[in-house]
Amino acid sequence: MTIDAARGASGVPAMSSKATLSSGSPVPDATGHFGAFGGRFAPEALMAALDELTREFDAAKSDPSFTAELDDLLNNYAGRPSLLTEARRFAEHAGGARILLKREDLNHTGSHKINNVLGQALLTRRMGKKRVIAETGAGQHGVATATAAALLGLECTVYMGEVDTERQALNVARMRMLGAEVIPVRTGSRTLKDACNEAFRDWVASVDTTHYVIGSVMGPHPFPMMVRDFQRIIGVEARQQCLDLIGKLPDAVVACVGGGSNAIGMFHAFVPDEGVKLYGFEAGGDGVASGKHAATLVGGSLGVIHGMRTYLLQDAEGQTMETHSISAGLDYPGVGPEHSWLHDTGRAEYHEITDAEAMDAFSLLCRTEGIIPAIESAHALAGAIKVGRELGPDAVIVVCLSGRGDKDMHTAAGFFGLMPEGETK
Amino acid sequence: MSSVKTAYDKARAEGRAALVGYLPAGFPSVDGAIAAARAMVEAGCDVIEIGLPYTDPMMDGPTIQDAVHRALVGGAHVSDVFRTVEAVAATGVPTLVMTYWNPVDRYGVDAFARDLKSAGGAGLITPDLTPEEGGDWLEASDAHDLDRVFLVALSSTDERIEKITSVCRGFVYAASLMGVTGARTALDTGAPRLVERTRASVDKQGLDLPVGLGLGVSDGAQAAEVAGFADGVIVGSAFIRRLLDAPDEASGLAGVRALTADLARGVRREL
Repeated sequence: MTIDAARGASGVPAMSSKATLSSGSPVPDATGHFGAFGGRFAPEALMAALDELTREFDAAKSDPSFTAELDDLLNNYAGRPSLLTEARRFAEHAGGARILLKREDLNHTGSHKINNVLGQALLTRRMGKKRVIAETGAGQHGVATATAAALLGLECTVYMGEVDTERQALNVARMRMLGAEVIPVRTGSRTLKDACNEAFRDWVASVDTTHYVIGSVMGPHPFPMMVRDFQRIIGVEARQQCLDLIGKLPDAVVACVGGGSNAIGMFHAFVPDEGVKLYGFEAGGDGVASGKHAATLVGGSLGVIHGMRTYLLQDAEGQTMETHSISAGLDYPGVGPEHSWLHDTGRAEYHEITDAEAMDAFSLLCRTEGIIPAIESAHALAGAIKVGRELGPDAVIVVCLSGRGDKDMHTAAGFFGLMPEGETK
Repeated sequence: MSSVKTAYDKARAEGRAALVGYLPAGFPSVDGAIAAARAMVEAGCDVIEIGLPYTDPMMDGPTIQDAVHRALVGGAHVSDVFRTVEAVAATGVPTLVMTYWNPVDRYGVDAFARDLKSAGGAGLITPDLTPEEGGDWLEASDAHDLDRVFLVALSSTDERIEKITSVCRGFVYAASLMGVTGARTALDTGAPRLVERTRASVDKQGLDLPVGLGLGVSDGAQAAEVAGFADGVIVGSAFIRRLLDAPDEASGLAGVRALTADLARGVRREL
């Protein structure tokens, strides 16, 4: 027996979004600042829409019909609450610490992205808008947005860097099957940041009829706060499941960080629990020293990107640097402002995981637990191995398994040389 | 006294709108941009905006993106922007820098203001900075006596227009299309109303602030239409188009000169 499920017999009830959306957090302030970070560095053309969104989100949180509909979708469509699975064989490689996996990979569409998208899609309808747009890196957020758009009868356009449409071709097909228009972005580095630029351009031109469903805890206020509040159900559930399972809080909570939505979702409920260490693992690519990476908090500096003040990877003149990661979903030069705040206040620690370390952990989880993780989530798993070895066998570590790896089979097969000769493409 | 405001006042005294031309530094090369901007001055631009090339021009359409990308690939630096400003301002025409906020933030807001001033620059146009986040810039522009041009948009509420115009100096930039910059064939019908609302706000506060209208003008006829209701006509992508489409630099310059002359007739409504 290698798997414990913290649902069913243990009877974890579904959470009410009325409770999870009203986080009671001291940050951000009314203008979206997490200490020195966040804010709203946006074109004037979007300011009215951002104000409207702030008002509507605020009203929706305390509107029982909104929270009831969101709860119904989360529980009966997305499959919440997600399981908390103990990974015993994997844990043998992590210093013997107890490893509990928060199974966001089991959500409908295969990742945590659906939590946020269902909320924003309902808000879109509430605002009387008929069209949604989204940026996507790995395609998980694009698939989730296309899914919610199909469900609610909204028109959907997804911007995706051309490089990512190639390495995540399966997700492009999924989005198109769901009725979304997928536009490959050929400007700049042709990855996630350029997809964000194109989505913002679209939104400036279409803001009267369109809502931009930002997929991470990034962008101008209220997005970092709103996306956090839609994602914090991850940590609220995990915290209760951990208490039910072992009778105490974990020693550490671990997640991967690109823009940082699964990590904030996982961390947020634990922030007041001072005994619980919070670890975010960024995409180290070939190693931060090589310059080919996307580890923003480890190797970045303070600046402004995509509407927010935060850490970013930039050169001496403020030009955004090219990033690299084997994981399309983490290949982004910025990070959500709340992570910058948690970093500077010391409440959370952030470290890099190289491509090679992530792929080792990817393979290890497959072979020890029969779970194929997303390459993004494999960064968290590699981080959990390090944290486990540091904290030792008495430690309990909750890891956010943010997505499943079906979409990554092409990359993994190439990396591990699993393709028959002549079939590397 | 703002030199930009003086240029607008001179145009008004002549019973016409001011012609404001945009070009990014470093495109087609640093010297090429200087030559093109000087040609724009000689052929009738009243104010020049020099764009600071940035990797993530989130509010620009494909034409400006293309030019800026070429400038960056060509190795354009912030120092080249100041050199360009210096060369253009030496003609006597007021020269503003249009920039996304991060390069200024990175340089240091006060240091940027100081170096812009010493290059002879008139001020900044800041498309992704609103007054709410612009505290450092409001201070630095006061300290160094620089103009600060913020944008108003069709979607701006009257309350926001008032907040924005109250801190503008030189002129206020009205974005005529909801969309990103890029030459359009027809003028947006919401623009006259936006200019009217902006003027009303300026008058209500007892300010003397001209309203320039940007985003979309590509020829003299369109310029004449805008000149019918705005104090200034701002043209960008159409100049870049001439340079991009030209087989060589000399014919590109000739194209820029011809377009400027056409636009200059437009703002005088001589078409």
